[in-house]
Amino acid sequence: GGSLTKLAYYSTVQHKVARVRSFDCSGKDIENEPLYEISVQEEITARLHFIKFENTYIETCLDFIKDHLVNTETKVIKATGGGAYKFKDLIEKKLGLKVDKEDVMTCLIKGCNFVLRNIPHEVFAYQKDSDTEFRFQTNHPNIFPYLLVNIGSGVSIVKVETEDKFEWIGGSSIGGGTFWGLGALLTKTKKFDELLQLASKGQHTNVDMLVKDVYGGAYQTLGLSGNLIASSFGKSTTADKEFSKEDMAKSLLHMISNDIGQLACLYAKLHNLDKIYFGGFFIRGHPVTMRTITYSINFFSKGEVQALFLRHEGYLGAIGAFLKGAEQDNPNQYSWGENYAGSSGLMSTSPDVYPMQRTRSGTFDMLEMDRLERPLVNLPLLKDPSTYIPDTVDLTDDAMARKYWLTCFEEALDGVAKRAAASQPDSIDALERAEKFRQKYWNKLQTLRQQPFAYGTLTVRSLLDTREHCLNEFNFPDPYSKVKQKENGIALKCFQSVIESLDSLGWEERQFALVKGLLAGNVFDWGAKAVSDVLESEPQFGFEEAKSKLQERPWLEDSYSQWLERLKEGPPHKCALIFADNSGIDIILGVFPFVRELLSRGTEVILACNSGPALNDVTYSESLIVTERIAAMDPVIQSALREEKLLLVQTGSSSPCLDLSRLDKGLAVLVRERKTDLVIIEGMGRAIHTNYYAALKCESLKLAVIKNSWLADRLGGKIFSVIFKYEVPCK
Amino acid sequence: VFPWFGLDIGGTLVKLVYFEPKDITAEEEEEEVENLKSIRKYLTSNVAYGSTGIRDVHLELKDLTLCGRKGNLHFIRFPTHDMPAFIQMGSEKHFSSLHTTLCATGGGAYKFEQDFRTMGDLELCKLDELDCLIKGVLYIDSVGFNGHSECYYFENPTDAERCQKLPFNLENPYPLLLVNIGSGVSILAVYSKENYKRVTGTSLGGGTFFGLCCLLTGCSTFEEALEMASRGDSTKVDKLVRDIYGGDYERFGLPGWAVASSFGNMMSKEKRESVSKEDLAKATLITITNNIGSIARMCALNE
Repeated sequence: GGSLTKLAYYSTVQHKVARVRSFDCSGKDIENEPLYEISVQEEITARLHFIKFENTYIETCLDFIKDHLVNTETKVIKATGGGAYKFKDLIEKKLGLKVDKEDVMTCLIKGCNFVLRNIPHEVFAYQKDSDTEFRFQTNHPNIFPYLLVNIGSGVSIVKVETEDKFEWIGGSSIGGGTFWGLGALLTKTKKFDELLQLASKGQHTNVDMLVKDVYGGAYQTLGLSGNLIASSFGKSTTADKEFSKEDMAKSLLHMISNDIGQLACLYAKLHNLDKIYFGGFFIRGHPVTMRTITYSINFFSKGEVQALFLRHEGYLGAIGAFLKGAEQDNPNQYSWGENYAGSSGLMSTSPDVYPMQRTRSGTFDMLEMDRLERPLVNLPLLKDPSTYIPDTVDLTDDAMARKYWLTCFEEALDGVAKRAAASQPDSIDALERAEKFRQKYWNKLQTLRQQPFAYGTLTVRSLLDTREHCLNEFNFPDPYSKVKQKENGIALKCFQSVIESLDSLGWEERQFALVKGLLAGNVFDWGAKAVSDVLESEPQFGFEEAKSKLQERPWLEDSYSQWLERLKEGPPHKCALIFADNSGIDIILGVFPFVRELLSRGTEVILACNSGPALNDVTYSESLIVTERIAAMDPVIQSALREEKLLLVQTGSSSPCLDLSRLDKGLAVLVRERKTDLVIIEGMGRAIHTNYYAALKCESLKLAVIKNSWLADRLGGKIFSVIFKYEVPCK
Repeated sequence: VFPWFGLDIGGTLVKLVYFEPKDITAEEEEEEVENLKSIRKYLTSNVAYGSTGIRDVHLELKDLTLCGRKGNLHFIRFPTHDMPAFIQMGSEKHFSSLHTTLCATGGGAYKFEQDFRTMGDLELCKLDELDCLIKGVLYIDSVGFNGHSECYYFENPTDAERCQKLPFNLENPYPLLLVNIGSGVSILAVYSKENYKRVTGTSLGGGTFFGLCCLLTGCSTFEEALEMASRGDSTKVDKLVRDIYGGDYERFGLPGWAVASSFGNMMSKEKRESVSKEDLAKATLITITNNIGSIARMCALNE
């Protein structure tokens, strides 16, 4: 670009992953051996990096690239933007690679499609007088068609219809270059950012002629707002008055933003488009600019067209150029996830308030995206994927909740760091890494206090996920592996007696006992401070103790009677999809007896567990071992496995929460094949923090125990209140 | 009752039309009150009034028949900020004694209504700006411009050699888009004499051109700004497509001479120092006119 270089590169990252493996247990003393073996292995994953820095550092950057170029096959480097011409010789000389120039607009659109598809909360609308200036949009399953208005020196307006089909439908010469050039002439201020600073302090009404200046006080009678600008710079039509730099800069900014907004609207109207994404160097996340553009779009379209901005707007061209270069690997066939640990957030709201952070983000900031092993897709059972929002509470919106949760995560941090260190007693640098983790996550939390919108909509889920990403960053792939191993072992020993006592009950009593078991199992959550305190101080705290903690019926949310009625009156479900939560008692003594009952009714079961570790949640590979052990004890489970009536799948996620719009493709295929007609979501993270309001096409059960008194209070209950939400979609 | 006036009080300029009857009989002449006579003489014998009022003699419509009377139509203008002086003059010339209705339109008809009343003892007959605009266009076309067509267009506008100004026949005009460029710009879609709507407008208009020219060149009149613009070279100020791509940008069908970024060259210090005031005035003119053209074209397509 004209002043900033944006670099996109692909690397492989070596990091540690926890693996579990069954022992060969024949002839061994099973009683005193752990259930399975845990090992930490090195794994190589693919990561995309995006770095932005000022052009003055280009040589340093090229040295860096040279040092890290591992693939000797590489003969070309893809470049786009004005600098691709300017720095061509330098790049070729330094790197010994041929510079392949790519068309700016093609790259921009490729990059735009990529971020729209892969980065949750990439898109936001900007709202002026609101607590949440940034309103993030959920990723729509179909991103096309849209209008991309790229404001560089001039303005390009492009209609994008499909991945490869786009058309330049118009443009304007009044753009960022006009603001900069004309602004420099008028104010003698040379730098673009300084001009914007001036503009943010100015009063355009001193320079512009407003409707009320023309009409006097009588504009109300005409149905016009007196504050509308009738003529930009209409008051400066005199040689004998001085105007302040600030006022002129503000007037200029208004003039240009309004003009761009108006033209964009006219084009959107002509082409029947209701979404306009804005990009280019003119915007760069500056609030005044986004505000005027949004205002203008609203004004000229009478609210019918939405002005949308992108978090990674500045990277679009670089991403596109990268994708062009990687075409033979077809990066679009993979799913990607933003790595919160390695990405710096969106700029601060006001250039004046956090000068430190602004300097950092203006000159050097980065985005990292991990290539996920398997593609992620929507759960086919979502009622309306385009309006599905996983998260229950938007913490960018809800200041009180935000304060609470940020404090909550801060207070839990020391414990998490300690447990992380303790999980690797044999490692000499575990303490040091745990401290680094603590520091990094602490800093992220502080950033989020100042800029809640830095990574998109702030939610409990994003706080949890960021923590997992930070743990991984410092090689704590699974701090709870030993805890889970131990708890799975203990719970397995109780399995048979739990089944026996359930089998001794009458049908109706048994149904209730099963639900209660499921709920009691869910108490065992190391993520909840109220629980982890108990578990640490009372090692004998078990299944029965947990049951006694549960709220008595009627529960806080209680549709158990309807559920029972459904079981009694209706035909057995065809297939149930269960999203499991914790390891140990939860999965073994809570979920499995429930699964067993469903199987006995003739219902097939798909049991979905996380692909990677998060807290003490059961992982897919752990679930395989646990299921194998249970099958060895229980003929019902054993035959169901053999006949493929019980299927174990992975969710594709490593989060304690659940995003039903990003699930493993294999799971989605299976759900469709087996004609799944019941979805069971268990646990606070999956059924309360997320999906509490999720609407599905089939029957669903959402159950959880609230293990946090603040949240319980908010929902109108006490700690250990029970949520039992049985929903049937409206016909 | 004479005198016949029409007044359009805009944001920057006041436009005054005055009908000078040429068929005054001796009888009438005798009856004509002194005040009326003095106004007629004052307006028709001068081409400039005070330091800022100007009569556009070249626009004068001669031998017009209006409401059964024959006469000439005069076009006079002065800056809106001299409105108080104008009212003052009206008061000194005892305009109110003539018991005429002063028809006025434009925002100033509202803004200065009270001043007319208190300073000049005059009641304004306020008329809708857009109604007047359309009525005016249709009227002026119907009477023609002293035997020539009022409406004209440019053939081959992008080819300097072959470009020529040609008369345009407004006989069957509907639907039409009317782009009124005053201080700001209003765009009307007109479907018939009575059926029209304001489609949109832009604040980048004549006031913007003049205002920016004053700031950039220190000029003090609109004429001066236009005159400077006519001598300037905007390509020194604007960044053209060829400045970025070395020639045409074929992918988007953009010719090299098209402006890619208005004032785009002014981002560089060296270039700022090498341009003249005339170049800046020209670039301002090109920026504003191109933009109005672009918006008008989009409106025409949408409507």
